[in-house]
Amino acid sequence: MAIFLFLGVGSYYIIEKEGLGNPLLVVNKYMIYYLVMDLYIRYMLQKMPILNIKPLLYLPFKKSQVVSYSLGKTVFSFFNWAHAFFFVPFSIVLIIEGYNPMGVIGWHLGIMALFYCNNFVNIMMNNKDIVFYPLVAFLAVLGVCQYYEWFDITIYTAPIFNIFYDIPWTSLISWVALIGLVVSAFNYFKKNMYLDGGLATKHDIAKSEDYTWLNRFGNLGTFLKNDIKLIKRNKRSKTTVIMSFVFLFYGLLFFTGSVEAYNNPVWKIFAGIFVSGGFLFSFGQFVPSWDSSYYPLMMSQNIQYKEYLSSKWYLIIIATIISTILSAFYLYFGWDAYLAVIVGAIYNVGVNSYLVLWGGAYIKTPIDLTSNKKAFGDKQAFNVKTLLLTLPKLLLPILIYGIGHYLINPTAGYIFVALTGVLGFAFKNVVFNMIEKIYKKEKYKTLLAYKQKA
Amino acid sequence: MIYTQNLTKTYGDQTVLNIDNLEIPKGQIFGLVGNNGAGKTTFFSLLLDLIQPTTGQVINNEVQVNTSEAWKPFTSAFIDETFLIGYLTPEEYFYFIGELRGQSKADVNELLGDFEDFFHGEILGQKKYLRDLSKGNQKKVGIVASFIGKPQVIILDEPFANLDPTTQIRLKEIIKNLGRDREVTVLVSSHDLIHVTEVCERIVVLNKGEIVKDIQTSKETLKELELFFGG
Repeated sequence: MAIFLFLGVGSYYIIEKEGLGNPLLVVNKYMIYYLVMDLYIRYMLQKMPILNIKPLLYLPFKKSQVVSYSLGKTVFSFFNWAHAFFFVPFSIVLIIEGYNPMGVIGWHLGIMALFYCNNFVNIMMNNKDIVFYPLVAFLAVLGVCQYYEWFDITIYTAPIFNIFYDIPWTSLISWVALIGLVVSAFNYFKKNMYLDGGLATKHDIAKSEDYTWLNRFGNLGTFLKNDIKLIKRNKRSKTTVIMSFVFLFYGLLFFTGSVEAYNNPVWKIFAGIFVSGGFLFSFGQFVPSWDSSYYPLMMSQNIQYKEYLSSKWYLIIIATIISTILSAFYLYFGWDAYLAVIVGAIYNVGVNSYLVLWGGAYIKTPIDLTSNKKAFGDKQAFNVKTLLLTLPKLLLPILIYGIGHYLINPTAGYIFVALTGVLGFAFKNVVFNMIEKIYKKEKYKTLLAYKQKA
Repeated sequence: MIYTQNLTKTYGDQTVLNIDNLEIPKGQIFGLVGNNGAGKTTFFSLLLDLIQPTTGQVINNEVQVNTSEAWKPFTSAFIDETFLIGYLTPEEYFYFIGELRGQSKADVNELLGDFEDFFHGEILGQKKYLRDLSKGNQKKVGIVASFIGKPQVIILDEPFANLDPTTQIRLKEIIKNLGRDREVTVLVSSHDLIHVTEVCERIVVLNKGEIVKDIQTSKETLKELELFFGG
């Protein structure tokens, strides 16, 4: 939030200082991407009003009242007013800097209406993956085209936003569009307000899967099978996998030298750990919360914690190895870059894999597997204990590398970090016993915490 | 089989369970009745070591449940939907439980064969995940899963709730059969007095966490219970 606010005030001056041109035009140029990102985030996270309609159906309200209430409620959603933190200060700065006040107000209102349009587009598009993903893919391609200067869509879209400023009354057009969307959303919902119509919940067609090839691992295989199904069949865990894929590209910030502050050699290790450890961090930190919805079952079954944890550990290790292989494209930036990834992976396997499992015991956030809510952070996930555990996850390897790098040479730095990883790997049994004890100690607290619904 | 001593559970200054002494012999079909908040689920959760007793202890077949885990292999339970794994199909769930309890797929299939009537064609081969089944069908899955692996103690919290009449009648038969050879101890809680009196040989009434009645079921039991809860 503070960042939004800061950007709102600061972006004008930043753009001006960087010599990118007229700040308003620059913002307008990228506005199309901002809007699409907004739509994307809404699609992933914004809660649908339908969920709240059901209990109202039986109460003595007119249908139109119920619909307007549900739709009206979305207007006050965080996803709408969050943008005001950027646009209000930005507009004020524009006026202070001598832009035509009428134009700025027209522009501001026009853009705001567009964000509300997004709100209603999202509602109507609710969970229609077939429409949504191709759309996002198409725009992603456009983004890439723009980056390589093959084709620039902003040339065509920027004037639309500019015109809001140049001819203030044109912003009425976006308001008309908004009204149109509101009316059609209203009618759509009113017409489909039946439990077997628009309010029906989507049921997946289930197929039993055996994974018999995992049977050879005994009890461990039992858990692995379950974990694979968990990841494959739930929205939340799928998001996690996508996020860890995105982490693969995190290293680009470092190795391309596009961010000056990151040019220090020790940051390479930092990048290496994130590139190979995306899954480790995004999945691992929520063990055992992934099983929160049936934790009482797990706790009353004949389960050895060791096997349960081992299964998660193997998943993390396998994912780390896959990430490392996929990130082979860093070879393009030289052996040095890929070496950092490999060394980071070794450290992840040997040390961080334990640390995330350990930290997970303290997180205790129940996870609703079927929704993406809170997928991008949850304040309960940040407590002192887990924060303290991030220090050895990220700072320790940097420190170890730093010692090797500055006292001897870069190669020694890599060797030191890798050795730490190998050393950690050797102590697997000892560490697992320790983690098991912690899990047992935390059992009752964890059960209680998971009882509070996500 | 199960023996509890001086068992209490308090939250803050509120005592939700206070049972001096309770012994459930092997092979008994034991019924627990009481209004909401009487402590039925608390009692079952203590038996399964899902919550810690404030004082006292639970001994299950000579194992103290909050210090050892050796009671788990011979004890099974279905308390509520937190005992189901929503993203599995019923088959996968049964096999998963089976594997945890050392039963092969064939063992599980054999057991499931006995419950075809009970499932009434609504469970197996439905191409649905557990989370998409109706409440009643979810319950059927949970109950049958608790029979997997020849447990000696079976704990069922409100097994009759949400079931359709036919299934209720079948479940009564199933529970009675379990008790026939005196090998399995079954603990059942219910709000339905008729069902409990029909199925259970012994009924304990909980009220505000304390045992107020401990009855060997007879013809008069239903009347006695109705009088108690009606008054």
